Amino acid sequence: MSDNFPSDLKYTKDHEWAKVEGSEMTVGITSFAVEQLGDVTLVSFDVKVGDTLTAGKAFGTIESVKTLSDLYAPVNGKVVALNGDLDGKPELVNEDCFGKAWMIKIALSDAKAADALMDAAAYTAHVKASG
Amino acid sequence: MSETAPAKLARTSLYDEHVRLGGRMVPFTGYELPVQYTGIVDEHTAVRTAAGLFDVSHMGEIEMSGEWAESVVDYLVTGNVKALADGQALYTCACNKEGTILDDLIVYKISKDRILTVCNAANRDKITKVFKQAAENHCEYKDRSDETALIALQGPKAFEVLARAGKDAADLVNLKSFHFRDVVIANVKCTAARTGYTAEDGVEIFCAWNDAPALWRQLLELGKDLGLKPCGLGARDTLRLEGRLSLYGNDIDETTNPLEAGLGWIVKLDKETFVGKEALVAIKAKGFSRKLVGFEVTGKGIARHGYPLRDLEGKEVGICTSGSPGPTVGKNIGLGYLPTAMCEVGTKFFCDCRGKNIEAVVVKTPFYKRAKAS
Repeated sequence: MSDNFPSDLKYTKDHEWAKVEGSEMTVGITSFAVEQLGDVTLVSFDVKVGDTLTAGKAFGTIESVKTLSDLYAPVNGKVVALNGDLDGKPELVNEDCFGKAWMIKIALSDAKAADALMDAAAYTAHVKASG
Repeated sequence: MSETAPAKLARTSLYDEHVRLGGRMVPFTGYELPVQYTGIVDEHTAVRTAAGLFDVSHMGEIEMSGEWAESVVDYLVTGNVKALADGQALYTCACNKEGTILDDLIVYKISKDRILTVCNAANRDKITKVFKQAAENHCEYKDRSDETALIALQGPKAFEVLARAGKDAADLVNLKSFHFRDVVIANVKCTAARTGYTAEDGVEIFCAWNDAPALWRQLLELGKDLGLKPCGLGARDTLRLEGRLSLYGNDIDETTNPLEAGLGWIVKLDKETFVGKEALVAIKAKGFSRKLVGFEVTGKGIARHGYPLRDLEGKEVGICTSGSPGPTVGKNIGLGYLPTAMCEVGTKFFCDCRGKNIEAVVVKTPFYKRAKAS
């Protein structure tokens, strides 16, 4: 499963995916991250719509039964939307991490910022190396 | 994986079974053990509704034998070993002279002159040293940890599984709680005790180290259609937490005494003598300033081991010792030390979840109690 990452997405070393549409980026966590976490029980955001994000800084946390990990902004930008559905249904992350369980939408400060992220092939290699 | 070479980890005799079953192996108290197979919640639920099988072979087993074995063990623990019948087991703890906890233990009285003690893997070095020293010139001491495997079969269907494992095993349903006996299970010579760490009914089964894989495989096969699942350390932790069973290293350690930890019921201060008695008598007379309580996180957050607990003014007043979602109770729950004045059920406070004050409330424990069997 974790060997099969959608090719239309970009990826970070922190196991997040990013989808760019125009000047907006949607971000979630990858199936590999979900496998590592196990049953997701809480997604909380430390930012609100309109806040400025800095690449590499945490914008929230995701917790499973056993562990907690930070969610990192892949790029600089402004928060356009946060996925409110995850509040009541954190299990969406386990069910559909590349779809319904998107986390945040970001208005890009630099339209080319996503170019620095990994493509699916590079990310697959990254996962193999970290597994 | 980090660059530094990890310390050499030991493996139980079930290592290959865990790997074959897709267990995610993690280092735990010096052993490579599965944290989960299918998922913590899935395994947790299997134990609550059907049955689960756990490899707990990493636990330490110490045998004391000889005329004075009973007296020696009785002196080392807070419970009354002398009052046990042959074939009876006791949950107890060993304290140091200061009355704080060296380890929590189960003592099995095979007979007056043969006592088996099971200790936590993390405390094996410490406890074997204490027991060995106490045995000197009084009784025989033997560390049987490396020759003894331990498998826990827990859950409402545990005895249905055993009913398929031979006539002798089927009869284990008549074994009383905290009693044990020798038994043949699926053609493997074992000793089974009606004990556990999940707040469910079930047994913990001792067998020879090398017999464990055969026993494990057969039990899983026999219980498959009943919903029996292999379970890892993750589910073991959430199950014990819902049942408010203490975890050494989290809820209790050498900085806590059994009275403040809510373990007063295992401390027999009327016993003639035991290590730590004087200190515990004094602590009891003086009263203690804090207690281990159960709480529910009512705000949006999950309490974790080590998070500070704060009063409603934001002042740090205690510490969370265990915390996680409780899959069966459906709430985020925890254990922690709070000042005695704040231990009343219903008292509100904050759990400091990484800098955020999240509302919590003291609740009655255990969080989960199984329905009494009919």
